[in-house]
Amino acid sequence: MNGRVDWVAHLVLCCGVLLFVLPLWLLVAGATQDAGAISRGDLSLLPDLRNLGVFWSVLNDRAPGGAPVWHMLLVSAAMALAIAAGKIVISLLSAYAVTFFRFPFRMLCFWTIFITLMLPVEVRIVPTYAVMADFGLINSFTGLAMPLIASATATLLFRQVFLAVPDELVEAARMDGAGPLRFLRDILLPVSAANMAALFVIVFVYGWNQYLWPLLVATDPSLDTIVIGIVKMIGQDSVTDWNRVMATAVLALLPPVAVVLLMQRWFVKGLTEGEK
Amino acid sequence: MATLELQDLRKSFGTTPVLHGIDLALRDGEMLVIVGASGCGKSTLLRLVAGLEVPTSGRIVLDGQDVARRDPAERDIAMVFQNYALYPHMSVFDNMAYGLKIRGLSKDDIKARVQEAADMLGLGPLLARKPRQLSGGQRQRVAMGRAIVRHPKLFLFDEPLSNLDAKLRVTMRAEIKRLQRRMGVTSLYVTHDQVEAMTLGDRLLVLHQGVAVQLATPMEVFERPANTYVAGFIGAPAMNLLPGTLSHAGTAVTLGNGLTIPFADGKRDGADGRKLTIGIRPEHVVLDHTGVPMQIDLVEPLGSETVLIGRLPDGELLSVKVPGRGPTTDQVMIAFNAATLHVFDADTGLRLG
Amino acid sequence: MTFFGSHRLQKAHPSAKGPSLERRTIFAGWVLPVLLVAPQLLLTVFFFLWPAARAMWTSLERQDAFGIRTEFVGLDNFADLFADPLYLDSAVRTVGFCAAVAVLAMGMALLLAVFADREIRGRAIYRTLLIWPYAIAPAIAAVLWVLLLHPQIGLVAHGLKAIGILWDYKLNDAQAMTVVILASAWKQVSYNFIFFLAGLQSIPKAVIEAARMDGARGWRRFRTITLPLLAPTMFFLIVVNIVYAAFDTFATIQALTQGGPGKATETLMLKVYRDGLINLDLGSSSAQSVVLMVGIVVLTALQFRFIGRRNAE
Repeated sequence: MNGRVDWVAHLVLCCGVLLFVLPLWLLVAGATQDAGAISRGDLSLLPDLRNLGVFWSVLNDRAPGGAPVWHMLLVSAAMALAIAAGKIVISLLSAYAVTFFRFPFRMLCFWTIFITLMLPVEVRIVPTYAVMADFGLINSFTGLAMPLIASATATLLFRQVFLAVPDELVEAARMDGAGPLRFLRDILLPVSAANMAALFVIVFVYGWNQYLWPLLVATDPSLDTIVIGIVKMIGQDSVTDWNRVMATAVLALLPPVAVVLLMQRWFVKGLTEGEK
Repeated sequence: MATLELQDLRKSFGTTPVLHGIDLALRDGEMLVIVGASGCGKSTLLRLVAGLEVPTSGRIVLDGQDVARRDPAERDIAMVFQNYALYPHMSVFDNMAYGLKIRGLSKDDIKARVQEAADMLGLGPLLARKPRQLSGGQRQRVAMGRAIVRHPKLFLFDEPLSNLDAKLRVTMRAEIKRLQRRMGVTSLYVTHDQVEAMTLGDRLLVLHQGVAVQLATPMEVFERPANTYVAGFIGAPAMNLLPGTLSHAGTAVTLGNGLTIPFADGKRDGADGRKLTIGIRPEHVVLDHTGVPMQIDLVEPLGSETVLIGRLPDGELLSVKVPGRGPTTDQVMIAFNAATLHVFDADTGLRLG
Repeated sequence: MTFFGSHRLQKAHPSAKGPSLERRTIFAGWVLPVLLVAPQLLLTVFFFLWPAARAMWTSLERQDAFGIRTEFVGLDNFADLFADPLYLDSAVRTVGFCAAVAVLAMGMALLLAVFADREIRGRAIYRTLLIWPYAIAPAIAAVLWVLLLHPQIGLVAHGLKAIGILWDYKLNDAQAMTVVILASAWKQVSYNFIFFLAGLQSIPKAVIEAARMDGARGWRRFRTITLPLLAPTMFFLIVVNIVYAAFDTFATIQALTQGGPGKATETLMLKVYRDGLINLDLGSSSAQSVVLMVGIVVLTALQFRFIGRRNAE
C-alpha cells in the first residue's frame, strides 16, 4: 500500500454501499416508527429505539386473508430447507453417476438434465401447474417444493468439482479396496464439503425467495410463504400499518441475509467456481 | 511374499501400442526397478500389475494365479503414488487405516499395524495431523505407511521420489531400500532416474518404447549394456558413442582421427568395413600424451571429479571424466583403453560380444 | 453382485489438454449410476420435459369461448401472436426493459467491482456490504423501493415532489417503467458484483504489472487489458442478466405495479401469467411460453458456444 489513501475508491464504494444499505436501513428504522407519521411522509432515518418490540409483535399479525406472520416464516423456512436438502442430495448423486461412471445413454441423461437450465419455472408455469394438479399435489407442501428441486445448476456445479478430483486419489482408494459407494461416502463427500456449503446458501436463498410458484400452488393460506404474505400486505391500496409491514419485511429478509453473511466465503467461492 | 510373472504382456490404447510383449519373472522378496525415459511405458506396466489398467493381452501371474483381469482390491497389492494421493480430509492415522478398515480388520489389529508402520517410518508424532500440515517427505512416508500396513503380496512404487528435492531424495532412497529389505516384500519400482535405479534395484528392467531391452543386475547393466540405448541411459555423464568400422579381419575397430584399437576380448563377426558404434565411458577415457588431441569446450567441476566436454579433431563430441581438478589447458591428449570398450552394431544398436 | 465389471473403459492417452470434459479414472458398472441418476431424471421428466411438451402441444390448440371444446389449430396461435399489437408491444417493451436492466446492473456492478478490487482499507467490509443484497427476494426488493418511491410515504417521492416533479408511478407510464427498471437492476447488482470481482481477481497480477511496465496507465490499461480479459465474465453475465430481467423480475414487477398502469410495465412474462392464469387463454399463453423457451435456448446455446470456445483457447 502506498500510504496515500485512495479517496476515489472510498467515495465510489461508500456511495455504492449507501445505495444498498440505505433502503434496508429505512426499513429497519421505519419499522420502529409510528404508522401515522409514516403515512404522512414523516419517515425519519433514525429508528425509535423504544419501539424495538415491534419486531416481536408482528409475529402475530396476519396477512390479509392469510396466516399469521410466524406461521408464514415457518413455511418459508421449511420450504427453503426442503428444497436445499433435496436439491443437494439429488444433484450430488446425479453428478456422481454422470462423472464417475460410463453407462448407456449417459450423455443423453446429462443433456436432459442440462436442458432444465433453459427452462426457468416461470416459463413452464402453466403446464407444470397442470401436472401438479394431475398428481394431486396442488395445495400441498410437496407440491410447493418438488418442482424447484430438480434444476440443473447444482448438478453442473458438482460435476465441475468431481471432474477436478485428482486421478490418483481415486486410484489410491481403489487400491485400498474402496468400491464406488464407499468412495463417495468416505472421500468424495468430505472433499466436496465446501461446495455443498456454498450450494446450500445459494439454494436456500433461492427457495426462500420464491414468489410465483408458491403463489400458484398454494391456495390455502396456511401454505403462504412470508414473501407472498408481504406482497399481499403491500398490495392493498389502503395500507395503514406501514410500520408493521416494514417490520414484517425485515423479518422476511433476516434468514436469507443471515445465511449469506455467515457463509459468505464459501458462498462466493461456490458461485464463481461453478459457473466458470 | 510372492512371486510375480508377466507373460507376453501387451497393452494398446486404442490403436496405439504402448507395451510390446513384456516377459518378466520376479523372485520372492526381490526389488525390481523398471527404468526408462518418459513415455517408454513403465508407468503403464506398473498400472497393469496394479490393476488400474487392463492388458490387451498376456498374463499377470501373482503367486501362481492369473490376476490380469481382477480388480486392484482383489489382488492384495499396495501402491505408493508419485503424488502421494493421500486423502486430504483424513488424519495420517486414518489414511493408513483406511484400507484395513475396508478389509474388516478389528480396531485393535488396525491400531497395532498402523503403530508398527508409524514406528518403522518415524511417523509416530504425526498420526493426528492432516496431509496439508505435512512436508513433502513426511507425506511420502505416510504414503509408504499406507502401503506397508496392508502387508501385501507386492509393493508397487510409481516414481515416489520425483517430487522431492535432491537431498531428500537421497535420504528417502536409502530408507526405501532398508524398508524393503527388512520387510522382504516383492517390489516393483518405476523411475526415470538411473541413479535411483542403480542403487535400489536387485535387478533392473530397462524399457525403451514399450520394449524390454535389458533385464539384469545393476552392475551388469552398467558393465555390459545390451544396446546403445541402455549404454547411453545408464551412467552419468552418458557413455560416449563413436562411429567406427570393423577392421583387421574382425579383430579391431577403426575410429575416426586415425585411431585403430584392437579388441581386447576376441574377434567380432562380420566383414571388414561393417559399421560399428563404439562406446566408452567418460571415466574410462585416459589422458595420454601419445593419443589424439581433444579440444576442450566446457569444463564442469564436480568437486571430486571434473568433466571435460569437447571435440575430437574430426568433430566428434567427447566427454571425459578425470579425478580431481583436471587440466587447465584448452586441449588435452586422450586415448582409449581397449579393455573398456563397448562394441555395438551401428544399425541395430545391439551389443556385439 | 459386485459393481466392478471386468472391463473398465479408459480413454486413449490422456493428453495435456485444458479442463477435460471427462474423467480418466472412473468406476465400472452401470446399475449403480443408473440408480443414482434416476431421481433427478424422473423429476426432470415430470416437472420439466412433460410440462414443456404439454406447453408445446397446448400452443397448437385453441379452446372455444366456453372452454368446452379444444381444437387443433396448428400454428394459428403463433400467427395470431405475432400479429397481435399488444403482444408485439409487450415484446418490444421487454427487450427495452431487459437491455436497460442489464446495462444498469452490469455497469454499476463493474464500477463497484473495479474499486473494490483495489488495495484499500476496509476492503472486506465494503465487499460484504455489497454482497448481502443477493439474499433479498425480488418481491422484497419491490417492497423496499415502494417504501422509497411510494407517492405518500416514500422519502424519495417527497424529495421529488419538493423539486416540483409530479410523482406517481401508479399513474404515470414512464415513471412506472423507471421504477421497475431501477428496482430490478438494483437487485441484480450484487450478483454481478460477485462475478466481476472474481473475474478481476483472476487476472494474474503479473499481467497487470507487465502492462504498467509497458506504460499503460489508468483508463487505457482498463480498456485494453482488463476489459478484454473480463470478456468471458461479461458475456456470461449478459446472458444471465437478460434471463433474469425477462423472468425473475416477475415478482418485482408484480409487487410494484402489477404490470400497470394499464400495460405500461407488462413484460412478456407478466403477459404469460395474465393470459394463462388470469384470463385462462391457454392456447395463447402456451404459445407465448414456447416463444420464450426458444429465446432462452438460443441465448444459452450462444453462451455455451462462446464459453466453450474460450476454454479451448
